[in-house]
Amino acid sequence: MISAFLFRAMDRKIVVAIAILVAVGIFIPVSSVFLPESSPLHVPTYIMQLFGKYLTYALLALALDLVWGFCGILSLGHAAFFALGGYAMGMYLMRQIGTRGVYGDPVLPDFMVFLNWKELPWFWYGFDMFWFAMIMVLLVPGLLAFVFGWFAFRSRVNGVYLSIITQAMTYALLLAFFRNDMGFGGNNGLTDFKDIMGYSVQADGTRGILFMLSAFMLALALLFSSAVVRSKYGKVLVGVRDAESRTRFLGYRVERIKLFIFTVSAMMAGIAGALYVPQVGIINPGEFAPANSIEVVIWTAVGGRGTLIGPIIGAILVNGGKSIFTAAWPDYWLFALGALFVGSTLFLPKGIVGTVQEFLAKRKEKSAAKAEQVAEDEAATAGEAA
Amino acid sequence: MATDMKHYKSNSMLYLDGVSVSFDGFKALNSLSFVVEPGELRAIIGPNGAGKTTMMDIITGKTRPDSGDVFFNGVIDLTKKDEADIAQLGIGRKFQKPTVFESHTVWDNLELALDRKRTVFGTLFYQLSGEDRDRIEDILETVRLTARKDDFAANLSHGQKQWLEIGMLLAQDPKLLLVDEPVAGMTDAETAETAILLRKIAETRSVVVVEHDMGFIRDLGVKVTCLAEGSVLAEGSIDFVSNDPAVIENYLGR
Amino acid sequence: MKRPSFFPLLSWCKPMLKAIQLFLVAVSLAVAFVATDLRAQDATPEMINELALGSYDQTEETIKKLAATGDTAIVPALEALSEGDLYVRKADGQVFIVKKSGKNYKLTDPLSGEVAGEEPTRNFEKIKVKNSLRRQIRSVVGGLTLQAKDASTRLAAANTIIKTPDEDAIDALNAAIEKEQNANVLAALEQARAASIIISSRAPEEKVEAITRIKNMGGREALSLLLGFQGQADESLKPQIDAAIESINSDLAMWDAAQNIWYGISLGSVLLLAAIGLAITFGVMGIINMAHGEMVMLGAYSTYVVQEIIRNSAPHLFDWSLAIALPIAFVVSGAVGLVIERLVIRFLYGRPLETLLATWGISLILQQAVRTIFGPTNKEVGNPSWMSGAFELGGLTITWNRMWIVVFTIGVFFALLALLKRSPIGLQMRAVTQNRRMASSMGIRTPWVDAATFALGSGIAGIAGVALSQIDNVSPNLGQGYIIDSFMVVVFGGVGNLWGTLVGALSLGVLNKFLEPYAGAVLGKIIVLVLIILFIQKRPRGLFALKGRAVES
Repeated sequence: MISAFLFRAMDRKIVVAIAILVAVGIFIPVSSVFLPESSPLHVPTYIMQLFGKYLTYALLALALDLVWGFCGILSLGHAAFFALGGYAMGMYLMRQIGTRGVYGDPVLPDFMVFLNWKELPWFWYGFDMFWFAMIMVLLVPGLLAFVFGWFAFRSRVNGVYLSIITQAMTYALLLAFFRNDMGFGGNNGLTDFKDIMGYSVQADGTRGILFMLSAFMLALALLFSSAVVRSKYGKVLVGVRDAESRTRFLGYRVERIKLFIFTVSAMMAGIAGALYVPQVGIINPGEFAPANSIEVVIWTAVGGRGTLIGPIIGAILVNGGKSIFTAAWPDYWLFALGALFVGSTLFLPKGIVGTVQEFLAKRKEKSAAKAEQVAEDEAATAGEAA
Repeated sequence: MATDMKHYKSNSMLYLDGVSVSFDGFKALNSLSFVVEPGELRAIIGPNGAGKTTMMDIITGKTRPDSGDVFFNGVIDLTKKDEADIAQLGIGRKFQKPTVFESHTVWDNLELALDRKRTVFGTLFYQLSGEDRDRIEDILETVRLTARKDDFAANLSHGQKQWLEIGMLLAQDPKLLLVDEPVAGMTDAETAETAILLRKIAETRSVVVVEHDMGFIRDLGVKVTCLAEGSVLAEGSIDFVSNDPAVIENYLGR
Repeated sequence: MKRPSFFPLLSWCKPMLKAIQLFLVAVSLAVAFVATDLRAQDATPEMINELALGSYDQTEETIKKLAATGDTAIVPALEALSEGDLYVRKADGQVFIVKKSGKNYKLTDPLSGEVAGEEPTRNFEKIKVKNSLRRQIRSVVGGLTLQAKDASTRLAAANTIIKTPDEDAIDALNAAIEKEQNANVLAALEQARAASIIISSRAPEEKVEAITRIKNMGGREALSLLLGFQGQADESLKPQIDAAIESINSDLAMWDAAQNIWYGISLGSVLLLAAIGLAITFGVMGIINMAHGEMVMLGAYSTYVVQEIIRNSAPHLFDWSLAIALPIAFVVSGAVGLVIERLVIRFLYGRPLETLLATWGISLILQQAVRTIFGPTNKEVGNPSWMSGAFELGGLTITWNRMWIVVFTIGVFFALLALLKRSPIGLQMRAVTQNRRMASSMGIRTPWVDAATFALGSGIAGIAGVALSQIDNVSPNLGQGYIIDSFMVVVFGGVGNLWGTLVGALSLGVLNKFLEPYAGAVLGKIIVLVLIILFIQKRPRGLFALKGRAVES
């Protein structure tokens, strides 16, 4: 059953994309770590780091695309799931610092010592164990999405209303995480990480492995997403997007259909966040800002919602553009981003990949029609001849 | 009237008794009562705002009545169930405006409508069996869309969309079919064919058709219920109803 | 050494408007000025020096003589004497207030308060003092300051006694009460006397009357006074004191609630002001205008520009700056809205989520444009005189700017309501939103109505910006702070219903302010957000939702 499920995912485009991701995931770290700097194939560490970050963004965009592009739920709070996954990873990394913090407390992170806390809050228990933190990376965003979605979908909060309350959700979390007494480092968040599973997060080798993991995880997510959207369930998703009440009257429990994809998507976002944090070395409440979630939407829109490759391309292109722009003309980045929002909604509603697909489909249709015409003509000539 | 009707309840397919609902003071249904028997094809007519669509909303669980009973199969209280439950019980609904999954192919539309497990995991691991394939092909044949099975539903003509939707209802294998204005926007030929199709469908199940097209109703040649202002105005054969003075006054016009 | 501190003039006076108060202060100053001439004489250094002469009895006489001058300048010297900081220079019998500094004393002239150098400690001898003298000094000092020239000094003195009542001060208080003409100060003096009587050894009837007086005074100070007495007073007075405490407590609770409601209304009116334009663009037209906050910001910057021009070229018009800014802000934001509608939004009708993305993009562009033109820092927008300060209403303190914003918001709300319900353009707007095709076939030019509606919503946001510039920082990020709240208000109140927006804004404002004391500002806000999220589950279409078939299709 599972193998059939996964086998269905193996569309040609997806296979190519996965192959590229795997190749990149192996080549770049290897070239960055092992090739000498003089080699033309050497990839500088900072480039690898940058693209590692983009890959986690791409995973986040893919997660959003599953709910928005395929199921029509425009979540304006997906950065919250990303940030929660990031915080779970950050908490593990904080616990790994041990006595190397400024205050040298073996258990308490620096900010707790600074706040004069005497013992670890209960919700920090277990985060010294990697496996536990990884479970939390999935569980915390998943649970939040499940509870939120349970209420929202059951009472049929739809469209714009849902978007607005997801935004309220991430805004409330933003405010909450800014508070020092929440126990997550307040304004400064979690930073100054030292080790991950015993390896220094600063080491080139670790960075290479993290990059590789990001690429592989993205490939895995792509495979999984492809299997999901190509299953009958995926068709139901699109049905919910295009004609929700029809789906309902066909006997599908739309709220459960939505809840499943929303929760899965939140977990994917959590994984993305967990991969992001050790690569950038910090997680703070700013990640919950509503603006971040909206930006994820634009990556997905630019790349092409409702396609699986689109959000990945969109995330990498927009963020690559941002890196170049903010370095060269820092004052104009917001103009460019704003124009991108307006332009892509007005002129590229299907995104890059969607538009290309449409173009290819039309060309195919035309050539098919031509072939048909030719066949008909031939038949006619044959008839006349007879 | 209500006491009379209890007697019909036990062997009815659909049973409505004293159903009322109002929106912001506007009474959409006003103590509506009527019964559809198993295997019956029933036509419902009535002016705009008579409550036809609201009635369908109530039967399919989209709207809850303020008061009154709605029973399916004589025993199942539909006012306690939601749309998905009711659909799974075997009530199919065709909308006034043809509603199909435009970005799916005709085939996929029917596959989604097929009466199979509709849970998340059931659909996630669903595989098209030979039996299901045959069912879909049968239905394609019935609604005359075999040639277009791989086309996107968005590219169908209006009449074809109506037929696809009827096909989806068939795939659902309902015991009771609610059909809202099936021939709106169809050519005369299509209308006549639709009447034949509906009569054929009604051989194996109950069908309730809401229509404005009197010619079409005449083609169906079945019992007609005329609604006005949320309750039943007249019921009987097409000739009986169309000669009823109240119906002429309210609906047909002189 | 405890100096009488200056309590806020307004903290416990009877209900009255600021204007009356100013008038009273002026009168009391005039009275004080006249009183100066009536005084016998000023104290002289020679009289101070007499304090160092010999026995306690002599000192007592000197203090009396000093007191007779009625000159407040002797207060520091007497207080220093009481504290044991008054020394005499052995060489010339000159008296100084001293402060030890190593082996030296730092000298201060007892009358002028000027620094008079530093000399070795051995040159000085302390002027002896005993408790009876201390009591005498306290009463003299109290009496003197109670009759000082300056009304605020007298008031402060009275307040000091209210805080630390003193039986010995009763006579001084009586004397002061007789002479006092300033109503404010008189009230304070009476209360000081009442407080002193309660802790004194006077007759119980007198004490009961005093308790009533303090009870009538109300407020937190009266409460803490009474709480203080609760422990020390006679058993017989306990019931009266307890009753008085209870009465004050319930009064305070009522005023607290009233103050919270006022804060809530004030916050609610700010929310309403920010949301009301959105109620039109989102509620009526179905456009998710994420650039709405930036329209507010443009209004605020218009105010800033208007004020800058006025400051530079016509400073006398400054009090009119807001009135001048209102139409300008309306036109600026409205025009920007019009351009946005024509260039972008008109292509996106019926696709609300797309409008969300496009307008978000526009909001980024507008923010960056303003940042580029005006710089990223906060701009100074001044309050005209009629918007600064505060007044008291019973136990409430109400600032004028908040007051005017509430009034202004109500005005804008009803003007808009009237425009929509009574004017031809309002009729057309409602017609287009209800049935676009029918409206257009009746000859209404729907594209222009759309544009006008959007411009109206934006213009109102601009007007809101003028008001918000008075209470918020005018920076490129101004709008960002309001956008989520505004959407919450509109969604909570129910889309397409102005009254819903009003009720939504006010109830969210009040709820927020009532949560704040228990949960703190941030947590309170989080709770409100969570409550709205839960509320939307219960009523997905808000407080005042339209029902029926038409809504869903």
